[in-house]
Amino acid sequence: MELQDLKFQGIKINYLYVCKRKLWLFSKNITFENQSDKVLLGKVLHEYSYPKEDAKEVLIDNLIMIDILSDGAVREVKYSSRMKEADIMQVMYYLYYLKQKGIEKQGIINYPKERRKEILELTPEYEQKVKQALSEIEKITSQVTPPPATKQKICKSCAYFEFCWG
Amino acid sequence: MQKTLYITSNGRLRRKDNTLYFETETEKRSIDIENIEQIHIFGEVDLNTKALNYISQYGIILHFYNYYGFYAGSFMPRKKNVSGDVVVRQALHYLDREKRIFLAYCFVESAVYHMMRNLRERKEAEAFLNAIEDEWENGRFNISSISELMGLEGRVRNIYYSSFNQFLPEDFYMEKREKRPPTNPINALISFGNSLIYSTVLTEIYHTQLDPSISFLHEPSEKRFSLSLDISEIFKPLVVDSVIFKLLNNRQITLEHFDEDLNYCYLNQEGRRIFINELRNKLETTVRHRQLNRNVSYKGYIRLECYKLIKHFIGDQVYSPLKAWW
Repeated sequence: MELQDLKFQGIKINYLYVCKRKLWLFSKNITFENQSDKVLLGKVLHEYSYPKEDAKEVLIDNLIMIDILSDGAVREVKYSSRMKEADIMQVMYYLYYLKQKGIEKQGIINYPKERRKEILELTPEYEQKVKQALSEIEKITSQVTPPPATKQKICKSCAYFEFCWG
Repeated sequence: MQKTLYITSNGRLRRKDNTLYFETETEKRSIDIENIEQIHIFGEVDLNTKALNYISQYGIILHFYNYYGFYAGSFMPRKKNVSGDVVVRQALHYLDREKRIFLAYCFVESAVYHMMRNLRERKEAEAFLNAIEDEWENGRFNISSISELMGLEGRVRNIYYSSFNQFLPEDFYMEKREKRPPTNPINALISFGNSLIYSTVLTEIYHTQLDPSISFLHEPSEKRFSLSLDISEIFKPLVVDSVIFKLLNNRQITLEHFDEDLNYCYLNQEGRRIFINELRNKLETTVRHRQLNRNVSYKGYIRLECYKLIKHFIGDQVYSPLKAWW
């Protein structure tokens, strides 16, 4: 399969860096996010942050959902910076995706609760990393069985905690 | 934890603006819709599509019971957690004979384990406990079909039920287990409790990706949601029977809590209230889970059982049924 053809929702790039098992389960629609308080907090944050922005939750190609589009930047809003690497890769993927369509943008990650933001440019190195990530997602999600659970610190606050460890 | 609401009085469920009310002739109570998972309706309750639509927005399931307290059916909102992958693999475990027997056996094994657990502490039932153990140990390694397994389970269950006469009050003597319809108080209690567990399990299944109509011990054609029957086997002795023992031995439920019709016997409204209250307490009781290192309620253990089945179907972890270790 050509790399150009690999298209995934942004959240999958994020999960690739957070937990490969979660990525696999999510790709099979085995999801528990709708029952998680943490996810609800995130939703509320998205809803109430940046009320003045008009272009919120912009869906592109019925595939990737951009939190906010403003001032020539793609903005992603996150609850905490605990998973910064995953957040950065998610935004890099958006920038890469848009670039394929001939649109060049800057990326911003907002952590409103921490009053912090990250400004991102899609460098050739990151472009390479995004491509690798995409083929890795393809590899993981086409496995017949999920990657085994591995205990991490973040498991405790994950919506899948009881599924993986119960 | 998401709550369960039991409505035993008559009245109306009404949506007014963005609040759900339960109105009776004398009072009007608002329902905390955000925190309700399921509503069991025993009374004569009116509701309209406006209320149903509102209820389904929150993914709340309604279980209905008739005048006699028999389960009538459920209103389940459109399912949100659908995974074609899980359903296909669940079906594969039904179609493969070996795989199906494995799961069916697991449910029975856990049920028998919990039956024996219930009798273990009772001196009066020791002989029955031994009889069950003999029957089970002799039979369980020679099972080559579901019907043989069902037969063994039936024999074990007969011994189990006949032991009840040894430690329950005399008023609740049981000749044999009768289902449709129960003709004496103890059978009425068992039937009532089992149907409550059935619908509670159904609610838990609904919140997962499992398909409630593909079952293993019971035939999928037997009832619409027969997976709920399968999983209920585990929790009937663990939850319902221990509630019954407690209520009867503490004389919280006595013969005055039953009404008898021509050849029915059923709990009256007061009896139902007492039973439901005790069952609710039981389902909300928590036990420390050893792997999760968290307190999990009995209801939570039902959910975990569903998770274990999903993990079994997707080839992640072989199913091992709950055997209460506490």
